[in-house]
Amino acid sequence: MAKSVAPALEPTQPPARQTYASVSDRIADLVLKRRSRWPWFLGFTLALLCMLAFCVACAVLFWKGPGIWGVNIPVAWGYAIGNFVWWIGIGHAGTFISAILLLLRQHWRTSINRFAEAMTLFAAGIAGIFPVLHLGRPWFFYWLLPYPNVMELWPQWRSPLVWDIFAISTYLIVSLLFWYIGLIPDLATLRDRAKTRGRQIVYGLFALGWRGEARHWARHQSAYLLIAGLATPLVVSVHSVVSLDFAIGNTPGYHSTIFPPYFVAGALFSGFAMVLTLAIPLRHFFRLHDLITLQHLENAAKVLLATGWLVAYGYLCEIFMAYYSGDRFEMYVVKDRLAGPYAPVYWALLVCNVLVPQVLWWRKARRNVALLFVLSLVVNMGMWMERFLIVVSSLHRDFLPSSWGMFHPTGWDWTHLIGSIGTFALLFLLFVRFLPAISIYEIREQLHEQRKEGA
Amino acid sequence: MASYGMLAEFASADELLEAARRTRAAGYRRIEAYSPFPVHGLVEALGPHRDRIPLLTLIGGILGGAGGYFMQWYSAVISFPINVGGRPAHSWPSFIPVTFELAVLGAALFAVGGMLVLNGLPTLYHPLFNVEAFELASRNRFYLCVRCSDARYDAVEVERHLESLDPLLVQEVPA
Repeated sequence: MAKSVAPALEPTQPPARQTYASVSDRIADLVLKRRSRWPWFLGFTLALLCMLAFCVACAVLFWKGPGIWGVNIPVAWGYAIGNFVWWIGIGHAGTFISAILLLLRQHWRTSINRFAEAMTLFAAGIAGIFPVLHLGRPWFFYWLLPYPNVMELWPQWRSPLVWDIFAISTYLIVSLLFWYIGLIPDLATLRDRAKTRGRQIVYGLFALGWRGEARHWARHQSAYLLIAGLATPLVVSVHSVVSLDFAIGNTPGYHSTIFPPYFVAGALFSGFAMVLTLAIPLRHFFRLHDLITLQHLENAAKVLLATGWLVAYGYLCEIFMAYYSGDRFEMYVVKDRLAGPYAPVYWALLVCNVLVPQVLWWRKARRNVALLFVLSLVVNMGMWMERFLIVVSSLHRDFLPSSWGMFHPTGWDWTHLIGSIGTFALLFLLFVRFLPAISIYEIREQLHEQRKEGA
Repeated sequence: MASYGMLAEFASADELLEAARRTRAAGYRRIEAYSPFPVHGLVEALGPHRDRIPLLTLIGGILGGAGGYFMQWYSAVISFPINVGGRPAHSWPSFIPVTFELAVLGAALFAVGGMLVLNGLPTLYHPLFNVEAFELASRNRFYLCVRCSDARYDAVEVERHLESLDPLLVQEVPA
């Protein structure tokens, strides 16, 4: 049977006029038919250069050791750990959108969950690299895993660093499974619509022979929903465990019970900012204005505002608890942040994370796409500064003034940070080129539910 | 005659649902339905279906959690006890994070593995893929297939029955 090619839809066309065929073709053809234009190639080239810089930086690191970074005693944790916490946090919004909003039956998530899950996977993968790079002898990273070895040693189960590797690996695997089983029906759509033999084979292999049989769907949906249910506590546990890397230690500024919820709120905050950073160019360049609507952006902006206040509460609580505790070292950490050598970073993060997002109280601001994009970048930057400040400010002046010191980032510190951003961008650009950035079957299902018809 | 079954094509989910109900009411038992998205109530219309994924997920979670806890207990108490300032070797609160993560991991692996195994995936070759129209099963068309292994299967009868359901197309699927 000859396939009819649906006409391209106008950006203003309401979703009610779309059909199963038109949405399927439209999203599938972004991958199969659409030729990449210069903005994609430009982005790809820049991201590739950053990724190569990242590889060079890693090679130099392996050759010379962490001395190429600015870390030293007393500040032994620098950008690498800050970057790790930042990236893993960014990943969390993807899980939040795809799992928690699925369980809460928030139907608006359908057009943004797929690329948010991809974002989770890439961000968590990049996050996982940093602690390994930081090890000093990264080729022994597998010593963190329990495996039979001639030394007859086991990991230290009482250490949060061991909890961390279990949390991050579980998170990566579960995110990958969740993303992949959601993709299977869409890969089948691509397989059936692909015209060239090579694509039919590649998409066909990854689609695993999916046919859409009713019992298969029932099991698929059951597994999908259960994994969403599992991912919900998992995502909370992951960033809580990350925060325990700090909170279990007795360093002033780290040793605090607010850390787990404060880290999770910060994770959602930075993650939703990254969702906006990715969604706005995606809908602009692929003309997906009718699928990723202003309403989606506005909802994300509202979440940003709400989680921003949770983060602000965390900042306030830290200051209050430091003085309430009466502990001189805790109080000194606050004073040092407000007026010490890293004070500009502290004030800048307050501006970025607390002050600037307040424009989102205005509906006009929430529906201003350019403003949202800039704001999302500001929040991303602010959250990175927060992670940096948490890691560095407590370490550089802890107890004895004679052992105080400073951290000065080197060129390699910056190369690893910018290189990791480029690697993330590269993965995302490849993802939008080769896989459907919007879940096709869920959009079809939504159309069916909306109108109970639409062949 | 060697064939897989008789396939009928429908334009909408509701027609497929109705067709599935009427085919089952007509006495056919080995029926399959194909749709481009999960259709609510379709599985029940095809006959009794027991969803075993939740149980498998639970088993995976229990195995992962229990195995994870056992691993930590065995290594910290039996295999290599370390005395840290007189603290108990079996310091269970510290074992909880890894136990939880491994329980989630086990449950997720069983959920996905169970889904794939029970669905018989991957199946890269399937007789239905020989039907040219079936490409649309992943786009906008809905299919009902009566398997020729059905006790009451008779090509002429089945074709007449499926034609009575007002389909877009009826076609025999070669094995």
